Amino acid sequence: MSDAIDLTAETGARSSPSAPSPAPPRPSWRTAVESLRGAGDWFLQQREASVLLVAIGLMLYFYSRQEIFFEQSNLVNIAQATGPTAIVAVGIVLLLINGEIDLSAGVVAALVPFLFYFAVTDYAIPVIPALILSLVIAAGFGFVNGFVVTYFRVPSFVATLGSFFAIRGIMLIISDAYPQPIPEEAKGSVQSWLGQGKWSSLIWALIIVAIFHVVLTQTRWGLHTVSVGGNLVGATEAGIKAHRIKIGNFMIASTLGGFAGLLEAFRINTIDPNIGGGTGLIFFAIAAAVIGGTALAGGSGTVIGALLGALVLAELQNGFNLIGYNQNTIFLITGIAILVSMIANQYLSRLRRAGRT
Amino acid sequence: MTQTQTAPKPADPSPNDEALRAEHVVKRFGALTALRDVNLRLGKGEVLGLIGDNGAGKSTLIKILCGYHKPDAGRIFVFGEETTLRGVDHARSLGIDTVYQDLALINELSVYHNMFLNREVVRWPLLNNRIMRRRAQEHLADMGVNIPDVTVEVAKLSGGQRQAIAVARSVYSDAKILLLDEPLAAMGAKEGALILDLVSDLKQRGDVSVIIIAHNYAQVLPVCDRVNLLQHGEITLDKPTSETSAEELTELVVAEYRAARRNRLSG
Repeated sequence: MSDAIDLTAETGARSSPSAPSPAPPRPSWRTAVESLRGAGDWFLQQREASVLLVAIGLMLYFYSRQEIFFEQSNLVNIAQATGPTAIVAVGIVLLLINGEIDLSAGVVAALVPFLFYFAVTDYAIPVIPALILSLVIAAGFGFVNGFVVTYFRVPSFVATLGSFFAIRGIMLIISDAYPQPIPEEAKGSVQSWLGQGKWSSLIWALIIVAIFHVVLTQTRWGLHTVSVGGNLVGATEAGIKAHRIKIGNFMIASTLGGFAGLLEAFRINTIDPNIGGGTGLIFFAIAAAVIGGTALAGGSGTVIGALLGALVLAELQNGFNLIGYNQNTIFLITGIAILVSMIANQYLSRLRRAGRT
Repeated sequence: MTQTQTAPKPADPSPNDEALRAEHVVKRFGALTALRDVNLRLGKGEVLGLIGDNGAGKSTLIKILCGYHKPDAGRIFVFGEETTLRGVDHARSLGIDTVYQDLALINELSVYHNMFLNREVVRWPLLNNRIMRRRAQEHLADMGVNIPDVTVEVAKLSGGQRQAIAVARSVYSDAKILLLDEPLAAMGAKEGALILDLVSDLKQRGDVSVIIIAHNYAQVLPVCDRVNLLQHGEITLDKPTSETSAEELTELVVAEYRAARRNRLSG
């Protein structure tokens, strides 16, 4: 036990003859360096530290190559690419912590704007209730995902692969694969608050990340989410209803997917079957979560990291585009960058675990 | 420890001083019958030692009594009332708390979050971490467990410390019935004594009933009032501790093994 260790450490220090008995007063520069190092240690112990360093490093690199990188119009581009990915990634983080995944959240993003559109135009439902209704339906898809995973014991990768195709099918059937305009009723302040405003999607992402950071670290729901992912049997033995936690997180992931879709539709001013780009949005969201430091194994994860991960991905796309690479090359670079930043992340987290805690 | 040597009350059938009773409990897992026909009675304030070979069904029985498994047949009485345990939560609400063999700790969470797992102190909607931290510290200090920092992840602790946390969690849950499945398994002599002292303290208070599973009979017998031997899914011996000894119990378990071996060899 630890007291035994303390004892040996103490006796070791005492028996060592060369130990100077009164410690000489340290020069002030040394204490300053030590406190700096202490701050550095604390920083590196934060799970988000490594990805934050990557995000800042990329910014400086792209700025050194293209000064336009930090111009406001370009920052808006980056913000608009970060927002929806980060929002979907928050739900993915919760599920990854549970040891589950949702591949369908990205196509829910394409479906929900159509649900909203038909609610307003065909059923004459007012805008705000229609928004809420379409998100409730998104939550319903999440419930089905969670139910299939927990009660029928289908691995979530397979279950949500199925719902990915099914929801995409529903979306194409109800939309006839044709885009629709934003309903007149929603134009104006609703549209600019929900996506059309330059910083709107980033602000929503920041709000959602802040809320779920608190949920994850400061509430029972977060504690039980970690418990179910970290030790499913143990959590159940402690009386935690694991099925409820998982189904709830599937519902959150799906709802956030739908919300990101609405923001995108309002931003591009069209309700388009290609919102989310098929697998694009969900793959970026998963990549953002993982780059941000959330392990696929379950039991730990961070939504702030996922936001930073989404920022890194947006920077890569945007920066290499500015430098002048074409889209095909950027795919390759993004892939390599994901791998490199994940290797760096693994390495830093190993340092952190071995670190002087 | 002198107190533990006095003869316990004989099993009294009056339901008023009965904490827990199982009648004809059966549990099957597919083709495997884990519990054949278990009859067990735990008196109020009593410490019952449950012993038996590996695979005799001890953990299965504990998991039925704490609501984790549902029995296939049989009846369970909690404080004299027939009860169908709907789950661990339900059993906990009736005052039954368990230290599982696998400890049910979450490695990724801190010591104090583990100690309050699913019993968190909440100032809605947020966790009240300050109070949980302080209480966890107090409880562990009361028990004499040396854990310098309750905010460290449980993953970083030794086997004995982890076990101490699991036991502390149940003991300080205000449970009326404690089920301890091998609470000494990962412990050294000193930590084991700590847990056993805790059990005798509880017994002295007289308001908590305990079922304790252990392999080391000599170690647990001094704190037990009564001993039950579980073999092949049935209770085959039920004696006050004063009428038996570690030698006799060991002999019974080993004799069974020898008989089985003889049969195998001759057959």
